[in-house]
Amino acid sequence: MSLLRDIITIVAVSAGAFFFLAGTVGLLRFPDTLTRLHALTKADNLGLGLVVLGLLPQAASLRDGFKLVSIWLLGLLAGATVSQLIARAARQGESAR
Amino acid sequence: MSIATIFEIVLAAVVLGLGIWTIVVRETYSATVGYVAYGLLVALIWVRLDAIDVALTEAAIGGGLGGVLLLGAAARLRDSEPTVADAPGKAVRVCAAILSALTAAALAGAVLVLPDPAPTLAPAAASNAWATSLANPVTNVLMAFRAMDTMLEKVVLLLAIIGVWSLTPDSAWGGRPGPRHQADPHSVLVFLARLLPPIGIVVGIYIFWTGANHPGGAFQGGAILAAMWLLAIMAGLADTPPVRSRWLRLVLIAGPGLFLVVGLAGLLFGAAFLSYPPAQAKPLILGIEVAMILTIAATLGLLLAGAPERSARQ
Repeated sequence: MSLLRDIITIVAVSAGAFFFLAGTVGLLRFPDTLTRLHALTKADNLGLGLVVLGLLPQAASLRDGFKLVSIWLLGLLAGATVSQLIARAARQGESAR
Repeated sequence: MSIATIFEIVLAAVVLGLGIWTIVVRETYSATVGYVAYGLLVALIWVRLDAIDVALTEAAIGGGLGGVLLLGAAARLRDSEPTVADAPGKAVRVCAAILSALTAAALAGAVLVLPDPAPTLAPAAASNAWATSLANPVTNVLMAFRAMDTMLEKVVLLLAIIGVWSLTPDSAWGGRPGPRHQADPHSVLVFLARLLPPIGIVVGIYIFWTGANHPGGAFQGGAILAAMWLLAIMAGLADTPPVRSRWLRLVLIAGPGLFLVVGLAGLLFGAAFLSYPPAQAKPLILGIEVAMILTIAATLGLLLAGAPERSARQ
């Protein structure tokens, strides 16, 4: 059983790390604010979700599992809100120009 | 070489590089962003050193509130960035570089000549942990064995807020710090400021409460509560309190005040200043910490809000 759990962890965390990498590359390479935000938030939400998913089989108790999931939910909330705020500020900055 | 060692080397290299970049980069704003990232990575280093309490504080203060404070300062300084003419001359810069290099060399030397194994009081702290019935050794040291330092630290917070308030113009004295934020009630920020504080308050109190037995404590919890308060202020849902408010001042002195009272009671009835009777140690420490988390949350929030700028009626 523990081998299966370890395999799930390795696959999911690696996939999460890949999404973080993709998001970072997008942040560095994409041409403007909105596309960079797109790359960053999509990849971050999915990356963090996959890392949490991979860590769930390793959680010592149900309580730790809930804590991990709530970290992901808070990350989603913060990421979505902040990207909205930055996008709005970027658009206002453009129309002011 | 294990993967963990490689990770640590990479982490240390990135932190060093980020530190150098923060010093070298020209714009104040970029340096601040670098500093925030630096604070978060240093928190990771503390985690690797098994110092979770320090990591939480570093992430909350060094990366979070300190970063916001510096961002505010950078925004104010933006109009008055030093021009090339104002830049210090070559002699001053060489002197500063030599002084910094000497300080770094002295610190490195001091670290290298530390005796091995380093002198430690950890076994003494661990063997006397029963006296407080708290399981977190950091809380034991902070609240019991070195309570004097912690009390003085809270007095320093109070001095800091007096320092900020002393910048108030005469016309605004007693008024409210910072501008009155107005936000569209349907905006995303207002949505977040309604949704997040209930969760954040629970998490802040949890981190404070769990500090008795696990990493956490009044400072980390108080920083989260302060962040929630500031979020509501920035979204325009709440206003900063006028600094002449008696309630506010009572909250600001509650932590160090109660600490001092308990300390003096120890002097009168017990063995020494700040000595707790072992039977009542835990309730006393928790009581002080409840007062302290309120003081810390109010102080950190007001430090970020800045000096009063408008009269209390506005």
